[in-house]
Amino acid sequence: MTAIDDMTEGRDSEPLGEVGAESPAMPEVVFDVEELSVYYGEFQAVQDASLKVHENEITAFIGPSGCGKTTLLRCFNRMNDLIETAKVTGSLRYHGVDLYDSKVDAVEVRRRIGMVFQKPNPFPKSIRANVAYGPRVAGLAKKGPVMDDIVENSLRKAALWDEVKDRLDDNALGLSGGQQQRLCIARAIATDPDVLLMDEPCSALDPIATTRIEELMHGLKDDYSIVIVTHNMQQAARVSDRTAFFSVNVNPDSDNRTGILVEYDSTQQIFSNPSDERTENYVTGRFG
Amino acid sequence: MTLATIGTVARRGATGFERKRTDVAGGLFKALILSALVVSLLVLAVLLIDTVADAWSQLSTRAWDFLNGSLRSRSIDDKLGVKQGLYGSFWIGVFVALTAFPIGVGAAIYLEEYAAKSRLAALIELVIRNLAGVPSVVYGLLGLFLFVERSTVFGFVGLGWLADATGGRSVLSAGLTLAVLVLPIVIITAQEAVRSVPSGLKEGAYGLGATKSEMVWTQILPYAAPGILTGTLLAMSRAIGEAAPLILVGAITGGLTRNPELWDASGLREKFTALPIIIVEWVSERGRDPGFAEAAAAAIVVLLVLVLLLNMTAILLRNRFERKRG
Repeated sequence: MTAIDDMTEGRDSEPLGEVGAESPAMPEVVFDVEELSVYYGEFQAVQDASLKVHENEITAFIGPSGCGKTTLLRCFNRMNDLIETAKVTGSLRYHGVDLYDSKVDAVEVRRRIGMVFQKPNPFPKSIRANVAYGPRVAGLAKKGPVMDDIVENSLRKAALWDEVKDRLDDNALGLSGGQQQRLCIARAIATDPDVLLMDEPCSALDPIATTRIEELMHGLKDDYSIVIVTHNMQQAARVSDRTAFFSVNVNPDSDNRTGILVEYDSTQQIFSNPSDERTENYVTGRFG
Repeated sequence: MTLATIGTVARRGATGFERKRTDVAGGLFKALILSALVVSLLVLAVLLIDTVADAWSQLSTRAWDFLNGSLRSRSIDDKLGVKQGLYGSFWIGVFVALTAFPIGVGAAIYLEEYAAKSRLAALIELVIRNLAGVPSVVYGLLGLFLFVERSTVFGFVGLGWLADATGGRSVLSAGLTLAVLVLPIVIITAQEAVRSVPSGLKEGAYGLGATKSEMVWTQILPYAAPGILTGTLLAMSRAIGEAAPLILVGAITGGLTRNPELWDASGLREKFTALPIIIVEWVSERGRDPGFAEAAAAAIVVLLVLVLLLNMTAILLRNRFERKRG
């Protein structure tokens, strides 16, 4: 709570028990998305998405390309702010705090909500410097034993420590693609976030590296809430607890393609007994 | 493709591959572009060989004296040399680096990373691109107006303090004028270097909670450094080779009494000359005293070596940085 208070500078916080009260068995809600729409200039990329992401769960966003799943994911840590024309309407609450409130500092949000990108993007620096980057800009530590601990723990959590412990000062670009992506996960973990957002983290990896990342995600879920965008339905079925299926509405007048959230439910439900016909068509491979 | 057509293709096998005719147009085209390359290399080679041959009498016998000597009225003078020109050109390079580099890089980063993508930004970009093509003599006029004469803009903004600071017709004025001349080039090359930074690196930094300035310092500048450095060094060598603006700013060849050491900063606000000016002067003197043709050639060799050294440094630095970034 104190951390959230920092972010909003004394803004009255909402009671956190409220959402949990409606269904006591449910884990705590991390993100509460209501009627969220995203625009790029005149173009609407996502329309009225509403869903709740729960703590210590893996939530998967699936759907055909252009359905706005990545766009929505990038709202969760305000990465869309980097696109000048992007505009977000509706509400996106993180533990009850409106992330798009004018008092919220996007930089602080990104320190708390880590992100792993589609293509592994290690910095062209040493492995150590990559992991140390986040803690350093956040002012958590500079050098010395404290930073060494952060680096080691982050790499251990990302199941990379044993492979790189003897060459921490080598350039990260010398690692394989799968190792690079695990390094990016370690780098995201190093800022001690609550949430990990993963934007198709395995799309550039081979099947073996993909399996390792998926195993890793199962372990990470104990400490973090994870939201993963994937175009791979099997991956969503394998790793996630809940799945949101997105589809595309094509505007017949302008030919604009707007993403809509079709269905959001437990992963088992989505894949075995979806309530929407479009979801069923997609998960059974009849389109997309 | 139906099965039947696939069968046909397979049965045709590997027949019909034999060369049926010689490709005349292709051969002609290749000969043409090759001769274009040969011609351009040949012109350069002739120029270089001719210059070095002319310069030989000076460089083979008294190279060190020539580098240390000063402007003289007769070409056989023992003390004839280019040191005053080296002094001017060296400090012009220093001032260009000191002013055009930070201003150019700053402007480029602002344009690429901070400025909103508006019509105004596009217009500014266009203006900068056009400024890079403005004839250097125009910049000479600007330098004369800004740094040399005690001018007033619009009748009331006094620029006298600028002329006071530079000492008027001085190396300082010349360096600042040439810095303004190469500024658009520095901005454009730095912009290109900044633009070449992969978006993944920028997003990675932002995603870890870096602020914009942290991202610029930790990602953009290190990654763009080789490109920026190369651009700056090439701009410096361009500045060192310019003669026209220097004539307007007041480089002279007569009446230079001092011959200061390279690092002697006390001559920066005094009358000056530079290598290109010396070359122009000596070439025009060769009718009166044919020995000056050889002196001019020797001065050209000195200038060429200087510029080549700068370009080589640029290449070496770029290679080193590129290795470092993997």
